[in-house]
Amino acid sequence: MELDSLYQEVILDHYKHPQHKGLSPSYSAQVSHVNTSCGDEITLNINLEGDLISELTWDGQGCSISQASVSMMTDLLTGKSLEQAAVIVKSFSELMASKGTSVGDPLVLEDAVVFAGVSKFPGRVKCSLLGWMAFKDAAIQAQAKG
Amino acid sequence: MSFSAAQIRKDFPIFERTVREGKRLVYLDSGATSQKPLAVIKAESDFYRLHNAAAHRGAHQLAEEATDAYEAAREIVATFLGAPGGADEIIFTKSATESLNLLAYAIGNAPAGNRFALDAGDRIVVTEMEHHANLIPWQQLGARTGAELAWFSLTPDSRLDLSSINDVITSNTKIVSVTHQSNVLGTINPLTGIVARAHEVGAVVILDACQSVPHMAIDVKELGVDFLAFSGHKALGPTGIGVLWGHMDLLNELPPFLFGGSMIDNVTMTTATWAPVPAKFEAGVPNMAQAVGLGAALNYLTDLGMDNVHAHESALTGYLLTKLNEIADLRIVGPTTNVARGAALSFTVADFHPHDLGQFLDSQGVAVRTGHHCAWPLAKSMGVPASTRASLYLYNDENDCDALVEGILGAQKYFGRF
Repeated sequence: MELDSLYQEVILDHYKHPQHKGLSPSYSAQVSHVNTSCGDEITLNINLEGDLISELTWDGQGCSISQASVSMMTDLLTGKSLEQAAVIVKSFSELMASKGTSVGDPLVLEDAVVFAGVSKFPGRVKCSLLGWMAFKDAAIQAQAKG
Repeated sequence: MSFSAAQIRKDFPIFERTVREGKRLVYLDSGATSQKPLAVIKAESDFYRLHNAAAHRGAHQLAEEATDAYEAAREIVATFLGAPGGADEIIFTKSATESLNLLAYAIGNAPAGNRFALDAGDRIVVTEMEHHANLIPWQQLGARTGAELAWFSLTPDSRLDLSSINDVITSNTKIVSVTHQSNVLGTINPLTGIVARAHEVGAVVILDACQSVPHMAIDVKELGVDFLAFSGHKALGPTGIGVLWGHMDLLNELPPFLFGGSMIDNVTMTTATWAPVPAKFEAGVPNMAQAVGLGAALNYLTDLGMDNVHAHESALTGYLLTKLNEIADLRIVGPTTNVARGAALSFTVADFHPHDLGQFLDSQGVAVRTGHHCAWPLAKSMGVPASTRASLYLYNDENDCDALVEGILGAQKYFGRF
């Protein structure tokens, strides 16, 4: 069924067992983003050590796609430099804009290529991007402070 | 003729198509927008094919025909609502949202001495179950004028808490704007007490009737309200057409909101005076084809009989409520009994997110709405950030309800496997 391309096992696994969930007490920047059409919310804390993303933590509520996506993103981006992270975020955004025509680059996105199926469902692309947009915002704010 | 949803569906071309790899379309999202019968599609397209010209302008036959068609639609709406002052009390807008904003902005334009003039000593009353379209215009009008916004909260069974009505509608209240039926909860609000108290303190009552006009017989005289807004597209009509009805004496005193062509009486470079109601509120070339389409929609509903439509939906709501109440872990967000409630049924299922549930239902051909349904404060106050809503209409039947229930059970299985 077409639905299975959306609800990959690894997505539902992250939804059931979210990574890096629970906000760190201190942070370089904190942002809250909301999907105004459905009410999904994510608060994201970023900690930078120089150019390195030393810690990403989050809290939020929402659908499996939005929550799994932010969970997987925090896994993927922790320990990366801001420059590396920017490449990954760009690659993920392009995958989401592909309308099902791209499978994603596993060398860049690793597990996050499972979201390729989401790009076939226009109504869900915003869900999967919620955490990533929050990260972009947080990175800019943390750099501005730093 | 007995009421047959199956027969009615044949009038709606969209039900000839399938969705999601050949699935029968089970359309349970009429609370967002209704489907259109052929009569409406044809009326709109005939206007363009045969009569198109700018109404109230032009010295030619087409302009006359366009004007006649547009004004005939106004008559149909007036009759449908039982407007005591006839067609002149009907103002066409582009949507109910615009109707409510028109009121809020026009009231905001009222000069001192006008009965609508608001200032910091005044109060505007709404309810906690308002759609954003009947909350934000008033919230912002309050912010602009200094008037205080107050609201009725809800009881645990999703009804308006009217126990302290005199403390909510206070003597300084000028405006009471309430929804007739909640688009989320399905609750139908009792108006008698609200109208009586509002009029006692000299306030006007504005009714957001988006979720009631399409579904039940409405007579503005019986309701006793002063203004009523509804949208065409939820009542089988086209998008781009909404209605504002108001008592003529009030419309006469209300200042205009949009300025421009055809709303004027006399214009100089520095001054203008206004045309009589309703033209005063209809600046610019109106949405004529859409008004004509709405006329056809209301005629279609009148032919079926609004009491029959309501009886059908009420029976179906009872059927679906019973079925939903049987599903484990399903919680109805709204009245759980079929008393003073309409055919909008919102619910949550265990901790499945509505977006995921909606996606699964869509894969089965079942179209529902998910989210906060443009009533975010309500969602927050109920502790339900998002829910799934099935909204029924005249073309739905028990098979559609069964498909929804089957879909929910299927989703429980699908997402439960992890």
